[in-house]
Amino acid sequence: MIPGSFDYHSPSTVEEAVALLTSLGEDAKVLSGGQSLIPMMKLRLAEPAQLIDINGIAGLEYIREADGYLTIGALTREADLDKSELIQQKYPILHDTAHVIADPLVRNRATIGGNLAHGDPANDHPATMLAVRAEVVATGPNGARNIAIDDFFLGPLTTALAPNEILTEVRIPVPAQGSGGAYVKLERKVGDFAIAGVAAVVTLDGNGNCSAASIGLTNVGPTPIRAGAAEEALTGNALSTDAIAEAGRLAGEASQPTSDHRGSAEYKRAMVQELTIRALTKAKVRAEGGQ
Amino acid sequence: MAQQNITIKVNGTDQAAEIEQRLLLVHFIRENLALTGTHIGCDTTHCGACTLILDGKAVKSCTVFAVQADGKEVLTIEGMTTNGELHPLQEGFMEEHGLQCGFCTPGMIMSSYALLQENKNPTEAEIRWGISGNLCRCTGYVNIVKAVQYAAQKA
Amino acid sequence: MTELRTSAEIGGMGHSVKRKEDPRFIRGRGNYVDDVVRPGMLYMAIVRSPFAHAKIKSINTEKALAHPGVAAVITGATLKEYNLHWMPTLMSDTQMVLPTDEVMYQAQEVAAVIATDRYSAADGVALVEVDYEPLEVVIDPFKALEPGAPLLRHDKEGQKDNLIFHWEAGDKAATEQAFRDADFTVKQDIYIPRIHVASIETCGIVAEFDAVEGQLTCWMTSQAPHAHRTVFALVAGHVGLSEEKIRIISPDIGGGFGGKVPIYPGYVIAIAATVVTGSPIKWIEDRRENLQADSFGRDYHMTAELAASKDGTLQALRIKTIADHGYTDAACNPSKWPAGMFSIATGSYDLKHAFCEVDGVYTNKPPGGIAYRCSFRVTEAVHAIERLVDIMADDLGMDPAELRLKNFIPPEAFPFKSVLGWEYDSGNYAGALKLAMEKIGYQDLLKEQKEKREKGELMGIGICSFTEVVGAGPSKDFDILGLKMFDSAEIRVHPTGKALVRIGVQTQGQGHETTFAQIVAEELGIPVDHIKVEHGDTDTAPYGLGTYASRSTPVAGAATAMASRKILDKARKIAAHLLEVSADDLEWEPGKFTVKGVPDKVSTIQEIAFAAYTNHPQGLEAGLEAISYYDPPNLTFPFGSYICVVDVDRGTGEVKIRRFMAVDDCGNIINPMIVEGQIHGGLTMGMAPALMEEISYDEEGNMRGGSFMEYLMPTAMETPSWETGKTTTPSPHHPLGAKGVGESATVGAPAAIVNAVVDALSHLGVRHLEIPITPEKVWRAIQESGN
Repeated sequence: MIPGSFDYHSPSTVEEAVALLTSLGEDAKVLSGGQSLIPMMKLRLAEPAQLIDINGIAGLEYIREADGYLTIGALTREADLDKSELIQQKYPILHDTAHVIADPLVRNRATIGGNLAHGDPANDHPATMLAVRAEVVATGPNGARNIAIDDFFLGPLTTALAPNEILTEVRIPVPAQGSGGAYVKLERKVGDFAIAGVAAVVTLDGNGNCSAASIGLTNVGPTPIRAGAAEEALTGNALSTDAIAEAGRLAGEASQPTSDHRGSAEYKRAMVQELTIRALTKAKVRAEGGQ
Repeated sequence: MAQQNITIKVNGTDQAAEIEQRLLLVHFIRENLALTGTHIGCDTTHCGACTLILDGKAVKSCTVFAVQADGKEVLTIEGMTTNGELHPLQEGFMEEHGLQCGFCTPGMIMSSYALLQENKNPTEAEIRWGISGNLCRCTGYVNIVKAVQYAAQKA
Repeated sequence: MTELRTSAEIGGMGHSVKRKEDPRFIRGRGNYVDDVVRPGMLYMAIVRSPFAHAKIKSINTEKALAHPGVAAVITGATLKEYNLHWMPTLMSDTQMVLPTDEVMYQAQEVAAVIATDRYSAADGVALVEVDYEPLEVVIDPFKALEPGAPLLRHDKEGQKDNLIFHWEAGDKAATEQAFRDADFTVKQDIYIPRIHVASIETCGIVAEFDAVEGQLTCWMTSQAPHAHRTVFALVAGHVGLSEEKIRIISPDIGGGFGGKVPIYPGYVIAIAATVVTGSPIKWIEDRRENLQADSFGRDYHMTAELAASKDGTLQALRIKTIADHGYTDAACNPSKWPAGMFSIATGSYDLKHAFCEVDGVYTNKPPGGIAYRCSFRVTEAVHAIERLVDIMADDLGMDPAELRLKNFIPPEAFPFKSVLGWEYDSGNYAGALKLAMEKIGYQDLLKEQKEKREKGELMGIGICSFTEVVGAGPSKDFDILGLKMFDSAEIRVHPTGKALVRIGVQTQGQGHETTFAQIVAEELGIPVDHIKVEHGDTDTAPYGLGTYASRSTPVAGAATAMASRKILDKARKIAAHLLEVSADDLEWEPGKFTVKGVPDKVSTIQEIAFAAYTNHPQGLEAGLEAISYYDPPNLTFPFGSYICVVDVDRGTGEVKIRRFMAVDDCGNIINPMIVEGQIHGGLTMGMAPALMEEISYDEEGNMRGGSFMEYLMPTAMETPSWETGKTTTPSPHHPLGAKGVGESATVGAPAAIVNAVVDALSHLGVRHLEIPITPEKVWRAIQESGN
């Protein structure tokens, strides 16, 4: 499998990259980790005439906490997220997610920015970002702007990024006291896209009641989906087995799966229900200080 | 057909060439440099037969353009032997019968090499996880796991 | 075999000698087809049909030819000029090389682009414009047999429908009577889906024609280089290719599993291209082409029935099968066996009556049928009988192990004539099953399962006690295109006592360079390190039918032993000459002759070899060489018992193989390390279709998925840590007592896994699950049971 011809650009700053995107227009495509784009080019499902490789831009690979946010540079590799002690200890839901994306070799190249900017509802980060209520930073000719994650995914492979904007950073609020999150993925084999995946974050108040909940769903609709009704049902109540089961049911209802080789719509919906229960249960344990 | 000059340090030697920008790293290694130990198995980033080490990280070289490796360092299976001395992983694969047809073997060895760089004494589960981006159709993996354990013990 | 006859230094049978082929592979120094580079070589890429059935209205090559680097575009019209647009399949059916007016399956070859490099060739493919008119598609083999179905092979004179063949074995009337008289009968529809070998190396060729010499040399991914050479000579004789000037080299092969037995159109087009252009041509498939167009395995729709008496005595078996062969019959079975060895279906049991029948059917899918480590349809047969036995055990309320032990052919009954006509050479089925039960702790597992069920947890234990049939085969019954399925070995012992062995089979990972050297070491006592094995080059290797269907050890292994024995006969005469005694006074042990009663009068094989060239007795020819073409008197019948333990996730339907114990008996073992490796690999290729792999098509004949994204090959994560054990029941007719082992585990594993998963759900009323057992199928079975 051989990609079509293209002109290759390797800007060394974000500004340069944005200027290239602006001047080259629709023919241009940003190359980040390339683990989705390059196979698509080899299958000639994507044939960009201009390829803008942003891997040479310094300063976009970082994981740090500042001003109440965890900020992750767009070029941060999945492997680095997976292995980060900060992530493992304080953001286990992110570790859950990065750990199950593709395989170790792909994770060495694949980036969090690419995973989100691709806009593929089958990718794993989007649901998790919904659950942690992240925002992404888009940098364009007029500088940077923050986009709330709920406003980011517009349709299949379509995001709120303008054609000449680059996703440069992911911002995640530092978890509140008493909160815990988990990502649970059902897959046909290791590294495959999910049959279904569920990311859940819960916050417990001093009485053990759920003061906030958020749930994101992977690969069960045209975009990653927030299970809003399930979140509402949980909020303000004790996280009992029954309450979690009911949230599972509501999350299943919120999903919009279609039948394909990964499973029937009926099965996927049932799995959203099951995985939501598992994710919430694990999130609760973590909120209570467990693993 | 945009061309570009690149220089990649492969197994310790600078290799300069003028190449087409769309040339995949695996083709540069196999065809321009005639280092045919790195193989192509699936074309879609699933099988890992093309695994090599790029600036210290194991990557699938069928999913990297050669121009992206300009100025970087590459280690291939051919660079694993030093002064005729086998790397413990190479020895392990032979001692533990960790290969049959040999086609996935270079990729398996390179992935295992990256794993052992990060984790000197992996458990069986960690080894299986570490090579989960590499497909083998012959061995059923049991002896590959043993080969990596052999190398870990030896190192 | 319990005792080693040779020292570790000699390294004969039974020694786990490290592989001779490994030093090059671990250094990245293997030489696979894509590693071959010839001066002036051009690259070929293939234009393929997006439709499963269509008329080709026109092919426009102008834009492709105008592209920089493109040298030529070859179409069916080009080949037709040379009458090379059709070729025979190995089943004596016919197959298009390139079409002139109609395509019959998705991804069929339509044209080939020849260019200076692979990038330009790929660009050229994208620029070839083909105008298709889609035709009605026949995908379902049952519908293909209905009256009024479109006639697919209207090119074949006398072909009135889509039936390729009807084949049957056994006594139909007696079997029907037995079913009428039986206390219990069970019946199950079983579909074994289409799967793909997906060796990590795809197929390819470098073809080089020297017009001055008329010499064609092909480096190709071939499991049967001699047979391929002869076919090329027969197909292209009329354009001047002559068999003595065709040389097929099968270099290092990155996995075969049957997928490199057929002759694919791509090979033939590349050969035509080198003849036409005068330049060497390289064609290497990509993975999509490999999965979409190359030979497949299985695709068997079976209706299987078993009859038993009240006391659990199994009495009769009946199976009716529809076999989907795709657009042509290119299954590579032996000629007389269009359904392969399917009639091994009575398995390990002493059944008195059986009847099985198979209808082969044409559809708009790629051709094939047996490429997947399956010993010619044995996997399907084993799956049917071993599933039926479990279903019967469930109906009878008997433990599946007990039912098997009650009905096994007893050891004293061998050689055993099966009701479907095979003569099983040797076996001890109860011995293997009992060992497997003991090693895995069967009784404890039953107890654990009972406890788990009480807690609502799902755990299953599955058994498969299979009988294989390999080593094709005796020339009276076995041939491919008329070529008898003997095999061969040639041994040359050099003056310094070292040996060169050339064999008619070749390795795709099985380790022939090591094991065939061990056979000679065993027979002649020459240290294994001093024996070089060559194979895969038709100019040097003796004629043989190739490596597939677990036939290397049973046939070429036997030939190697027989050639060694010819050498030994001559060595004895030379030794008698050297020691000045009668040949009758000599005793042989591996490596040397000793004069009976005079232990210090010794002549070593090395001394004898030297004498063969420096001091041979008058009246005896000089030299120490022999060749053998071995025509086996019978097939061999390896067997084994596998026990699988699974845990099922009630919420998601996921199946986890917790343990898998494989007890195999492949007769005497040449290299235990290699045998165990073959079993590990075979088990993994048994698990894969049981739980993951499947090729399916939509109604338009589009293959669902053409990459490893959708074709789910197991990684180290899905694969359990296999456990193995062995019993040893030598083959009485094989000179080494060996039987072959390459495919046993692939044949036996799927039924053990399915039986385990069904067992986990049997108390919920589940009787059967079709493979691959996806989580959804399990989940659905649980839902439908109402639990």
